[in-house]
Amino acid sequence: MSKLVLEKLKLAYEGAILETHSNHGDDTAVVKPESWKEIAQYLRSDPQLDFDMPTDLCAVDYPGRTPRMEVVMHLYSTTRKHRIRVKTRVGDEDLDGCEVESVTSIWPGMDWLEREVFDMNGVTFKGHPDLRRILMYPEFEGHPLRKDYPCQKTQPLVEYRTEEEAGRPLAKLPPFGHDEGLAFGRKHWPTATPGNGEEN
Amino acid sequence: MEPLDQELEEGELVLPADSMHLNLGPSHPAMHGTVRIVLELSGETIVKADVQIGYLHRGFEKMCERGTWAQVFPYVDRLNYVSPMLNNVGYALAVEKMCGLVVPDRCQWYRMALGELARISDHLTCDGAMAMELGAFTPFLWFIKAREMVWDILEEETGARLTHSFGRIGGMAKPPTAAFKDLIRGTIPKIIDLVEEGEKMLLKNRIFLDRLENVGTISGKDAVALGWTGPCLRASGVAYDVRRSHPYLKYDEVEFDVPVGTRGDTLDRFLVRLAEIRQSQRILAQICDMMPDDGPVNCDDPRVMLPEKHDVYTTIEATIQHFKLIMEGAKIPAGEVYSYTEGGNGELGYYLVSDGTGTPYRVRIRPPCFQITGGLSKLITGRMLSDIVPTFGSLNMIGGECDH
Amino acid sequence: MGELNDSPASTRTLAIDGNEHGFATTRVDALLGWARKYSLFAYPFVTACCGMEFMALSSPRFDLARFGAEAPRFSPRQADLLWVVGTISQRQAPVLKRIYEQMMEPKWVLAFGTCASCGGFYDNYTTVPGLDKVIPCDVYIPGCPPRPEAVMDGLLLLQDKIQSGDRRPAIVKPREDPAQIAEGLTQIRTGKAGKTAKAKRDEET
Repeated sequence: MSKLVLEKLKLAYEGAILETHSNHGDDTAVVKPESWKEIAQYLRSDPQLDFDMPTDLCAVDYPGRTPRMEVVMHLYSTTRKHRIRVKTRVGDEDLDGCEVESVTSIWPGMDWLEREVFDMNGVTFKGHPDLRRILMYPEFEGHPLRKDYPCQKTQPLVEYRTEEEAGRPLAKLPPFGHDEGLAFGRKHWPTATPGNGEEN
Repeated sequence: MEPLDQELEEGELVLPADSMHLNLGPSHPAMHGTVRIVLELSGETIVKADVQIGYLHRGFEKMCERGTWAQVFPYVDRLNYVSPMLNNVGYALAVEKMCGLVVPDRCQWYRMALGELARISDHLTCDGAMAMELGAFTPFLWFIKAREMVWDILEEETGARLTHSFGRIGGMAKPPTAAFKDLIRGTIPKIIDLVEEGEKMLLKNRIFLDRLENVGTISGKDAVALGWTGPCLRASGVAYDVRRSHPYLKYDEVEFDVPVGTRGDTLDRFLVRLAEIRQSQRILAQICDMMPDDGPVNCDDPRVMLPEKHDVYTTIEATIQHFKLIMEGAKIPAGEVYSYTEGGNGELGYYLVSDGTGTPYRVRIRPPCFQITGGLSKLITGRMLSDIVPTFGSLNMIGGECDH
Repeated sequence: MGELNDSPASTRTLAIDGNEHGFATTRVDALLGWARKYSLFAYPFVTACCGMEFMALSSPRFDLARFGAEAPRFSPRQADLLWVVGTISQRQAPVLKRIYEQMMEPKWVLAFGTCASCGGFYDNYTTVPGLDKVIPCDVYIPGCPPRPEAVMDGLLLLQDKIQSGDRRPAIVKPREDPAQIAEGLTQIRTGKAGKTAKAKRDEET
């Protein structure tokens, strides 16, 4: 991986870049949320960088630290064949202020990706033309990929049938409890809202 | 109808017309089961299309955080379920990139071979389903017959027809069987024969061509800005194939061409897939010649590989290693990595974040058909209702991958 | 072929015979049963990976047409067998319920695959743990995905039930139940006096 990309970025946006690394060959830059869109525009329009393909946009929740939510964007240049990962950190402990500017005007492909990040992690994108849920249904409350959302907390749209109606037991039979088959030493994230009594 | 109050000249009468709202619901034969398109139609022409996915969201990324690194393999299979080996190999490569592991040569060839078989199966399914949705049932049956032959080989090798869960971190679950190369050499010509028969039936058919030509066109530049990859992007003229641009495994040692279309319409996407089946045949022939017949398939790194069963039952160290790997998971070093391979639909990427324990912290899949389906509303707006069927079929939206 | 039993401890199996006149009391019922079972109009409610095996079933090798169950009708008004193929997510559940309600009696439901039967290994916020939480089901076909032969077993089981008028839910059991056939299984360790666990259990009862 050439160092060109990171060096050019560091030259142009000295103050906005918090850290960079190239672990495992992936060029990564962590930037301040205020410069998110500006840097994205620079990466797109600079002729030597020319990042024309929006590869991916996702978010990772780190509840142990503030700011908590890390928004990760991967870009690729079909002409120069280099990649970059740009990250920014938003949101405090309770995930207030979890907002970033939308880059949909730069790459139309980010439209659905930003909707997905909003749906799964609750990051709002300012300036997005149509920010609504994409994978979950509109009546769903909460953001599933946050660490404090219990994995098994369902919000059924249709009431489940009762056992009298069905005439036979419908619940899971032992020995398959909710922890069956899961790894020892898994972290149990404290849930913000009590789920169906199950842990993560 | 109210009588007119004044005389109007011919052609001046403008009748108020509301657009018709039509719901191409989530349970629909041509929606591949799980996509809902809410259409605003003016006659037969689509004025606005709202593509709603998510009806097969199965919480893949959340489930990965509950198990170990090795327990992700069955979930990953069910993402792009028409080419599961490609997903397995992609994920295994991602974890190995994080660990800094390189699998032995024989395993790399083996992974390539199984991956290309899966790719053939993917393209056969896509093109067959597309033909069926347009009314051509017979080529669909022929392509499915060809797909059964591919699945026979995969069943012989991995034990399962569809969701193999055959990849492992650091290798594969089992080495290739003795008959692997003979099976491939014997079956692939029969598959190509069936593909040729299907082509003869379809590609000279005026109705088929009329329904596909210049329908759902997108330019290369627009496709790239939408994040398209894979056969759909190559049909629009951009020659980006991860196997050629950023070779992984042994793809730099085999010769193959990257088929590229010119117009970017549905017919080009159909043809690019057919051409890729032939290129996969070429690659498989070369793999059969170049793959060593003996040698280890799994690397012997004790951090990730399970020890021999005989040792597990007789020595205490192997028992402990086995126990820790199964119950706690392989401890992958902390960090993050983005690893990408050429899946059936394009660049299949995995962004993994590890916190050093045996449980993944975050497994993000970059599904190629998510972005491709994101471009669907652009493709069908302005066209007629019946153009949705071939256009959507040519995008090869796989619900498991799109909705992860 | 097996019936679901309500007491989880035992593993009794009750085989029902397709030609038995246990439930169908009249010859007209038997005739109707025969006609219905060999002319099932399927509504393939296909969502996920099991759909690939469903496609393989319609293909020449595993031909569903020879059982009369080939004709897919994509309108629930015209179908009498609802094949629920693949995972049902919470978002899809109201759709499934609506489709089921739109079908006319007599109607049967086939849960194709583990996800449709019990949610599979997707024990999370977004999956309905089995379609029987939403609609009643007649035959469950386990497998992930089930082999086409297993599905044909399930279809034949359903046809037997249609013939006899039995509406109790049933599961397709494996042809050879390993719990009942102990020969040929490799024994890693035997208990004292060389008896297997099963033999000891049999001795106790």
